[in-house]
Amino acid sequence: MTTTTLAPAAGRTGTPKPAPSPIPLSRITAVELRKSFDTRSGFWLLASIGITAVLATGAVLLWAPDSELTYDTFAAAIGFPMAVILPMIAVLSVTSEWSQRSGLTTFTLVPHRSRVILAKALVAIGVGVASMLLAFGIGAIGNIAGSAIAGVPTVWDDGFGVLGYIVLGNVLGLLVGFMLGTVIRNSAGAIVAYFVYSFVLPTLSMLLANGQQWFRDLQPWIDFNFAQGQLFNGSMSGEQWAHLGVAGTIWLVAPLAVGLAMLMRSEVK
Amino acid sequence: MITVASLTRTYGAFTAVDDITFTAEAGRVTGFLGPNGAGKSTTMRIMVGLTPATSGTAHINGQRFSDLPNPGLEVGVLLDASAQHAGRTGREILTVAQRMMGLPARRVDEMLELVSLTPDEAGRRVRHYSLGMRQRLGIATALLGDPGVLILDEPANGLDPAGIRWMRDLLRGYADQGGTVLLSSHLLHEIEVIADDLVVIGQGRIVAQGTKAELLRAAGTLVRTHDAPRLATALTASGLSVVPSTTTGGTDALRVDADPELVGKVAQQAGIALAELRAADGAGLEEMFLELTADTQREGAVA
Repeated sequence: MTTTTLAPAAGRTGTPKPAPSPIPLSRITAVELRKSFDTRSGFWLLASIGITAVLATGAVLLWAPDSELTYDTFAAAIGFPMAVILPMIAVLSVTSEWSQRSGLTTFTLVPHRSRVILAKALVAIGVGVASMLLAFGIGAIGNIAGSAIAGVPTVWDDGFGVLGYIVLGNVLGLLVGFMLGTVIRNSAGAIVAYFVYSFVLPTLSMLLANGQQWFRDLQPWIDFNFAQGQLFNGSMSGEQWAHLGVAGTIWLVAPLAVGLAMLMRSEVK
Repeated sequence: MITVASLTRTYGAFTAVDDITFTAEAGRVTGFLGPNGAGKSTTMRIMVGLTPATSGTAHINGQRFSDLPNPGLEVGVLLDASAQHAGRTGREILTVAQRMMGLPARRVDEMLELVSLTPDEAGRRVRHYSLGMRQRLGIATALLGDPGVLILDEPANGLDPAGIRWMRDLLRGYADQGGTVLLSSHLLHEIEVIADDLVVIGQGRIVAQGTKAELLRAAGTLVRTHDAPRLATALTASGLSVVPSTTTGGTDALRVDADPELVGKVAQQAGIALAELRAADGAGLEEMFLELTADTQREGAVA
């Protein structure tokens, strides 16, 4: 490496520069979006959304019986990897600032952490919705191709309303990942916590509901996973929305509020 | 200009930063000196809002850091060159910062050239960087927004001698153009050659501060003799303050809080032959610094 000296930057002593304008949220969001693509791991995580959607579609084409070749089958097959990958993207968007320590730069360039976190949330939700739309598109192509190959009529059994529920369900799952990221602020810890949250807790809840009558009545209100599951059944009653609201407040909104409060005050080292 | 007033940060019963007050002036390089764990990094993190202060304030050009609308354009910060996402390339790290500050894209190339990172090096991922290259990248990030204030924590770490020389010239030029430079180090000699002002900190407290000239002048006289105990007695009897000096590496040296002429007279009157008599030139600062280090270092006694 050769060395050069500083080119004189004129006017540091002279007239002060005009007061800089504040960084708009749109710019922070654009930068955060870029940051979710610009590492190898981030890139492949996003790419894996498209890849797994294609693989899942392929699997349905190969192995599903002809009678099952409907849009709902494709949507369900694609939805499964999506439900795992999207929360991981949300977890890492928050935790990498701590685990990779890039937060030292991020939070000195934008000292208002709430703005950075809001931008990250917007990016995560945006990526989630865009990924779901992409997945639906891949599923639709699969559905057309599958029915053509099998020689059966193309069945569009999921309307836009149903697809809307699926998007909402996945965005909620993604927000759970986001919440765990803000509470734990460590990549490995938050990912483990996500799997406990979405696979271990529901199992425990189910066992308890099977054994205890009092809990069975309570379960829809306090088991967030159970309440989310209703979204994927394609229709929501008023009571089911209420279940989702109550369980979501307990398991998502309240811990997110605590996590954000801690994050605002924590040290970035 | 950086103004720190009565800054304190405690962790439970432990006080990491204890009532620190100092000012880093524009147009000067201020050296923030102290042994490892003295509280330098914590103080710097408080200045830029990464660590909340328990009490006290830190202002940059009269504003709290969090009130700066676009801090990167006013304050260049390098706290830890290794604190970057290892999977980003050097160029990408600069690009992310350039976009966040809303600067033209050409600034990235200008900065890469300034810190002598080649296009090939800039295209590598940071996990493959040496510490010296990370420091250069960190300095590039700090300078990106052409800020008037620089806050650099141990920026010379990992640089080779040519790199240290380069950075010294760079910071000197920066301050000469009216910029404020605050840089920390745990090496006295490293900071002595560049700083105009010194703030010495030990165990969270400021133990000395002033211009480098003042602190060096305050050091008094260094005197060596084969009969150090007798000379010490004679000097003390004349009302002078005497401490054994370790800077020469032997036990025959004393540091006296008086000018050399007076020390010579006392020695002559006492009939003691001197081996050496000179202005201490920073010996006092060095001893103070060694004492500070001795309290915290693991090896025990200072050589």
